Amino acid sequence: MFRYILRRLLQMVLAFFGTTLIVYALMFAGQGDPIQALAGERPVTEAQRAYLTEKYHLDATGVGGFFYRYFDYVKSLLQGDLGQSLTGRQIGDILQAAWPVTVKLALIALAVAIIFGVTAGVVAGIRRASIFDNSTLVLTLLVLGIPTIVLAPLAQYFLGVKWQLFPPTAGSEPTFYALLLPGIVLGSLSLATALRLTRTSVAENLRADYVRTARSKGLVKRRIVTVHVLRNSLIPVVTFLGVELGNLMSGAIITEGVFNIPGVGFNLFRGIRTEDGPLVVGIVSVLVVVYLVSNLVVDVLYAVLDPRIRYE
Amino acid sequence: MTHSTVQPTPASATPEGGHLLELRDLHVEFRTNEGVARVINGVSYHLDAGETLAVLGESGSGKSVTAQAIMGILDTPPAVIRSGQILYQGQDLLTRSEEQRRQVRGKEIAMIFQDALSALNPVFPVGWQIGETLRQRSGMSRGDARRRAIELMDLVKIPGAAKRIGDYPHQFSGGMRQRVMIAMALALDPKVLIADEPTTALDVTVQAQIMDLLADLRRDLNMAMILITHDLGVVAGVADRIAVMYAGRIIEHADVRSLYKAPAHPYTKGLLESIPRMDVRGQELSTIKGLPPNLMRIPSGCPFHPRCPYVQQVCVDVVPHDLVLGDGRTSACHFAQEVRDDSVR
Repeated sequence: MFRYILRRLLQMVLAFFGTTLIVYALMFAGQGDPIQALAGERPVTEAQRAYLTEKYHLDATGVGGFFYRYFDYVKSLLQGDLGQSLTGRQIGDILQAAWPVTVKLALIALAVAIIFGVTAGVVAGIRRASIFDNSTLVLTLLVLGIPTIVLAPLAQYFLGVKWQLFPPTAGSEPTFYALLLPGIVLGSLSLATALRLTRTSVAENLRADYVRTARSKGLVKRRIVTVHVLRNSLIPVVTFLGVELGNLMSGAIITEGVFNIPGVGFNLFRGIRTEDGPLVVGIVSVLVVVYLVSNLVVDVLYAVLDPRIRYE
Repeated sequence: MTHSTVQPTPASATPEGGHLLELRDLHVEFRTNEGVARVINGVSYHLDAGETLAVLGESGSGKSVTAQAIMGILDTPPAVIRSGQILYQGQDLLTRSEEQRRQVRGKEIAMIFQDALSALNPVFPVGWQIGETLRQRSGMSRGDARRRAIELMDLVKIPGAAKRIGDYPHQFSGGMRQRVMIAMALALDPKVLIADEPTTALDVTVQAQIMDLLADLRRDLNMAMILITHDLGVVAGVADRIAVMYAGRIIEHADVRSLYKAPAHPYTKGLLESIPRMDVRGQELSTIKGLPPNLMRIPSGCPFHPRCPYVQQVCVDVVPHDLVLGDGRTSACHFAQEVRDDSVR
């Protein structure tokens, strides 16, 4: 188990450098004049230009110069300094404000997926080909078929504006209630996938040989399902939900955009739109770490749940 | 904790004149989208306390389905028990409630399966799985169940049982896994043990060890055993009687000795002749021509007639009844006498 985690940690280091390098390259390698981009429309004086060139090591050119600046960036990143956005704000501060909102939204979405998706999936798996099973199949296909960019405005219009059950937008300091509708919209995709996955897994495990053994031991049906079948069925579901939490934590660009939620995805989208290189790279770097950590947690969890993985 | 590992079945467990377990004219079919497969077509056999009955047949002959019907673990649907009786200690299990049948499972009649790797739950330690039966069925405490699980693992000769109790099924070898399976089945001191191809998934040397273990345990614990197999070689040393199944029927039923000596059904005869013999050199291996019947379209008359070397018009037209040949032998063949006289060896 220790070696397993150690190996995963080493892989994480590689993945971290790989992804940040690519994002950094995509954002800056093709840029014409970064100083002009920083200044925007305003003219740049010679003194300013010299100062910025010195500060950002822009005098080094070509591939060598790129790597020079990249390592500069990683060095300050490892010291916890994400740098400044082009608007002059500390990226660390921006994230500090945005993150709690996104985490709240992600947790609501995940809770929706677990409470409704997994539960309905278990029931559908046990009652295969029942009315319940078939109607969840249709509903989940519908949800999976509608892109968020359609679903979110629809939900906002009907539930938020027309019937006024929820606030249509969240605003700068969103309450739990204001995040509920976006959370449900965001979670509906995870919900549908979790439901299908759970249903298939439960149905498959109900037919497994060990279930026949459990029955021949004379166990009551409830125990067979809740102990033997569920324990096995939930292994892939937990894995999926773990990865999904990583996805959700990295912000939902569309949902946060539609409902005007000042989370991570919202800021990332603004960074991309305003060509704010440092902001985009800063956010993505942190997202990479979040994603890698959540994947590590999933892998460890997987090994805990499935003893066959543990000893390989 | 004074769980004796040897618990002789009192003779009174079997009602006067009756058998411990008796199947009467059992019919089972599987209703699928493709049609109705008639899997069991009137199976009758019986088992007395302390004896071993071997049920022999190819895959698809209905031998495992019969066993699962006895246990009450058939998947319904698609399986439907059309008619028949399964009498245990004189009472028909098929008329009992599901709860009453559950009480019988494991405690009265226990079962072990072919592939112990898939038959054991992969995510629980073996000791936990053996102990689960004791905790759930006998209300034993965790500690007691654990101690008893170690005893049972010792009983089936798993080396270092106390150390291996926390191991998972995949950490055992095939033979050891099957022993775990057996230990689990023995947990509640059942009177009948059904072993469904217990050695099919194992190496030949390990097969012999498991068969010896089963024979020893059956004797020491005074259980009755139904041994389901397709391997005539496995049967010889262990069984008292043999029931040969074909297309969901018992086509021949005899004690082991006379069946090996002179099979009275062409199918059994074919099976025996298809065993390669070590004492005859350069002999071509004989086989039974043709394929087992499709259970959705079982041939008319005797189901074996398309493959039978003795076939006559009567075999195509008339379903043969069980012909009693003396010594409790029966054969469902129109020419049973003839076949037997032919095959004395």
